Amino acid sequence: MAFLNIFKRSARKRTTLAEGHVVPDAARCVQCGICTYNCPIEIDVRAHVWRSEAINRSECLTCGECVARCPRGVLRFERTDLFAAGAS
Amino acid sequence: MRHVIIGSGVAGIAAIESILSVERSAEIIMLGDDPHGFYSRPGLAYYLTGEISDQALYPKTREDYKKLGFTYRQARVKKILRDETSLQLDDNSLLTYDRLLLATGAFATPLAVPGATLQGVVKLDHLNDARIILKLAKRGRTAVVVGGGITALELAEGLLARGMDVHYLLRGDRYWSNVLDEQESRIIEARLQVEGITLHFHSELQEIIGRSGKVNSIRLKNGKTLKCDLLAYAIGIQPRVELAREAGLQVDRGILVDEFMQTNDPNIYAAGDVAQVFDPITGHSILDSLWGAAREQGCAAGMNMVGRNTPYVKSIPFNVTRLAGLTTTIIGAVGHGRDDDLVGIARGDSETWRELPNAVIAQSGFDVNRVRILVGEQKLIGAVVMGDQTLSIPLQRIITQQVDISPMRDRLLAHDAKLSDVIVDFWTKLKS
Ligand SMILES: Cc1cc2nc3c(=O)[nH]c(=O)nc-3n(C[C@H](O)[C@H](O)[C@H](O)COP(=O)(O)OP(=O)(O)OC[C@H]3O[C@@H](n4cnc5c(N)ncnc54)[C@H](O)[C@@H]3O)c2cc1C
Ligand code: SF4
Ligand code: SF4
Repeated sequence: MAFLNIFKRSARKRTTLAEGHVVPDAARCVQCGICTYNCPIEIDVRAHVWRSEAINRSECLTCGECVARCPRGVLRFERTDLFAAGAS
Repeated sequence: MRHVIIGSGVAGIAAIESILSVERSAEIIMLGDDPHGFYSRPGLAYYLTGEISDQALYPKTREDYKKLGFTYRQARVKKILRDETSLQLDDNSLLTYDRLLLATGAFATPLAVPGATLQGVVKLDHLNDARIILKLAKRGRTAVVVGGGITALELAEGLLARGMDVHYLLRGDRYWSNVLDEQESRIIEARLQVEGITLHFHSELQEIIGRSGKVNSIRLKNGKTLKCDLLAYAIGIQPRVELAREAGLQVDRGILVDEFMQTNDPNIYAAGDVAQVFDPITGHSILDSLWGAAREQGCAAGMNMVGRNTPYVKSIPFNVTRLAGLTTTIIGAVGHGRDDDLVGIARGDSETWRELPNAVIAQSGFDVNRVRILVGEQKLIGAVVMGDQTLSIPLQRIITQQVDISPMRDRLLAHDAKLSDVIVDFWTKLKS
């Protein structure tokens, strides 16, 4: 069972990663920390936003928790196609 | 060269980052009187509602500060001694500077009614204030909120989230009347009522009545009384200009600076909520109380302090906020006049929002998704987007970059125009 769960999770991660990654519109951010506080794998989303950087960490689950909870509409998913981007 | 920064807010931190980006080994000393250092002040509202812990309010870790490399001292500056280019601190010690940045922010305008010093009269200014509120906000007890703008709502909603019975007093007949239009005010008021907040219009606080030193009830100007255990106020803010004024720097409502964030003393700069900055669009010097503006100004000040001439061009202010649970973006000039619930500027506010020139108003949407735009001759002057935020990014860009809107102007102003379709269509063509 546990094995299956692990498998499911990594499968999900692969499909979602192929769909997009989180990018910020930093000018809207007030560094409130809600995104970082709610990230299930403790990525410091807020620090990325401060530096105007996309969350391009491979471990990001693209679960959308940070995007949905940000009260200022700072974060959005941007489509990325890993294969088209030459990541062969 | 020694750079001294007074104030540990976002303007001060941004200045440090930009100084160090140019002069890695610069000597920087930051002085601050807030025992909690640098934290997100807008985030205090979410701490009140319980959406985040207080620990989550700190954007930087100890390691981040170590990497940056500067000295922080918790101290209050009592005086600037310009002739000696030094500062007198609260323990009477002296500290010399070569370049000084005043990033002292603003404080909540105190309530001037009898009873304002009773225990249970609270504001939301610093982390310590939020902690006091949380200690006093007891489930089932009654709280009264007075004031206007974003912070008054944040207080009301925070207290409600803590299980209090919340009453919000408004002096006039609607909420934030000099920024929002009537329909927008009504949307917010209706939502507050659905959340369970009781609104009292035409209600001006006359007196807070205490018992054993604690808030017990309030009396209104119309003679009515209301029993309560807590009174929270947000009636505006005042830039902390005392140091600058005493030192003979040019001060109006804030510290006056030129485009290089320099005061009339070439060794002294100011940035953030305390600075009053020339606005090329309106032609006067303007106060903002916006996190983003404070960061940009701090950044520019830092560059200028290390001799990299970097003019700060005041951009069109915008704020994205949550009013009664509704994400709301306010961009550019959208209102006028004064709001009786506020004295001067509020938190998360810009004076520019009330500099409404002649413009035609177009609006569409109903219920909670609403867009209002102010259409000038060739440009959009301002916008308020409530609810669905799809249009807020295109509008933010079109307004702040002052895009020529002639190709869509007639369609925008057509009777029954579907604003969202017109704007999205224009935006898509513009980007391609
Ligand atoms: C509850 C709340 C809600 C807000 N909501 C929003 C929002 O929705 N959107 C938005 O854009 N902005 C919002 N703001 C405003 C935003 O937080 C400010 O614009 C920003 O923090 C300004 O940064 P600053 O560095 O200029 O000043 P501050 O953050 O005020 O920092 C100034 C620091 O200087 C210190 N200081 C002052 N005098 C001295 C002295 N003599 N000696 C030593 N230290 C001194 C003060 O203690 C303080 O720590 C909100 C603020 C609050 C409090
Ligand atoms: S939740 Fe949004 S506003 Fe808050 S720190 Fe994260 S990105 Fe910034
Ligand atoms: S998408 Fe999910 S995992 Fe990725 S940063 Fe946001 S909250 Fe964390």
